[in-house]
Amino acid sequence: MTDDRTVEDLLRTFAPQVLGLLVRRHGQFDRCEDAVQEALLAAATQWPEQGVPDSPRAWLLTVATRRLTDEWRSESARRDREVAVALREPAYVQVAPPADAEPAVADADDTLTLLFLCCHPALAGSAQVALTLRAVGGLSTAQIARAHLVPEATMSQRIRRAKQRIEAAGARFDMPAPGEREERLRTVLRVLYLIFNEGYTASSGPDLRRADLTREAIRLTRVLHGLLPDDGEVAGLLALMLLTDAHRAARVGADGELVPLAEQDRTRWDTAEIAEGVALITEALTWTPPGPYQLQAAIAAVHAEAPTAAQTDWRQIAALYRLLARIAPNPMVTLNQAVAVAMVDGPRDGLALLASLDADERTAGHHRLAAVRAHLLELAGEPDAARAAYLAAARGTTSRPEQRYLERRAARLAGQR
Amino acid sequence: MKYMLLIWNRPGFTEELSEQDRTALFGEVDEIMKELTETGELVGGQALANPSQTRTVRLAGGHPEVVDGPFMESKEQFAGYLAVDCDSPERAAEIAARWPDVRFGGAMEVRPIMDESGAEM
Repeated sequence: MTDDRTVEDLLRTFAPQVLGLLVRRHGQFDRCEDAVQEALLAAATQWPEQGVPDSPRAWLLTVATRRLTDEWRSESARRDREVAVALREPAYVQVAPPADAEPAVADADDTLTLLFLCCHPALAGSAQVALTLRAVGGLSTAQIARAHLVPEATMSQRIRRAKQRIEAAGARFDMPAPGEREERLRTVLRVLYLIFNEGYTASSGPDLRRADLTREAIRLTRVLHGLLPDDGEVAGLLALMLLTDAHRAARVGADGELVPLAEQDRTRWDTAEIAEGVALITEALTWTPPGPYQLQAAIAAVHAEAPTAAQTDWRQIAALYRLLARIAPNPMVTLNQAVAVAMVDGPRDGLALLASLDADERTAGHHRLAAVRAHLLELAGEPDAARAAYLAAARGTTSRPEQRYLERRAARLAGQR
Repeated sequence: MKYMLLIWNRPGFTEELSEQDRTALFGEVDEIMKELTETGELVGGQALANPSQTRTVRLAGGHPEVVDGPFMESKEQFAGYLAVDCDSPERAAEIAARWPDVRFGGAMEVRPIMDESGAEM
């Protein structure tokens, strides 16, 4: 008997490598991906009972190749029956090298190429996420469907369609051209962060199983960091994920309610993750001009290093937000900046900064704007206005834990009057 | 983001349609369902029986009481729903706009489904 965890780790590590080899050899990303998925499912049932083969990767490659050639043969047979010609072996089966002959191409490059392909700009965000989790992460369709709370058939269709789209867009299994590479890498990072957040925001209550997505996002970003150690934004994203995930045990209270950063029990923060995240970001900032993920990681590091909420270095956080707002202007950045400004210069200054967001159609009427405004009004000693803003935020959110939190805040202020 | 598309229509309105219109209407519904299945956006959906088969439970004299008939005596009744998972609220509204009941005086309500996940503030 082999530990399920070990088997799963092996499968996830080898999945993109085997897929990369197969696509290089045969083309047809769509079919190769299906074949690898079948091989992974076969391994997941056989290995725990029969033991892990001596060369797990060769085993997966052999099984996936067999699936692929079986499919070709039966298809060719069907075609041949239809046109009533004698069955003959398709040429590509004859020329395909034996499954265990491994080309000299570096597997590492394949994982990166696969990531670029799965995060192809022709795909919508939800399709990029699903395809990345399956083709690069080696997760099964059932696992991905469970994590997204949709039927397995829906997820299976979404993945099939994503692969068709990539093919229709004429994408090849190659690294993007140098001129596109930077932008394509930003998309990959965005998809990984999306996967992380899907898991992180759900890591409580009935959705605990979605926490797998957080672990998977960190694992994939770590792999990417290993492949591109000189990219400061990859390091920044990994640090940001680690520093955020470090709050996991403290962010949800005993009865499932969200606990804001300022009220979290800091003794429950994950010190190993904090140490790794702080080291990563500190190092990255010494040799690269800071990008948005690095700045967000730096902000998270300042929070992580404060022994208590009251000892937070808000001056430094406000400065980092100012820099972030300059290099990557975004209303969500302004929202967070307003909180930092309020802590340094007082709630009135924070509220003044929020006023600009009322005119921005991306945030006007957004529940996050109302929630931050409520918080600053509360600090400014205006309980009635704060309460109205908390209730407006509660009506605007589509998250049940957020709604509970906001309603509780409003109720607390009603009690004060 | 998941949305529920609530279908409101006048019960029995399809009975008054010509055979041709009725066939066209069901054909359009099949078409949309097929498309949503293929795009991987369909999460679920159900059609409800005629409101005459409804029973409503409400408080009467401090106790829940079961009575025959719908909760609201309005011309339009809740007839069924579709649950979809799409990339934008605009896409959800676009699906609703194509639902054929709208052309025959019905209405679609597009409502976001609450999520169990949330970010700390």
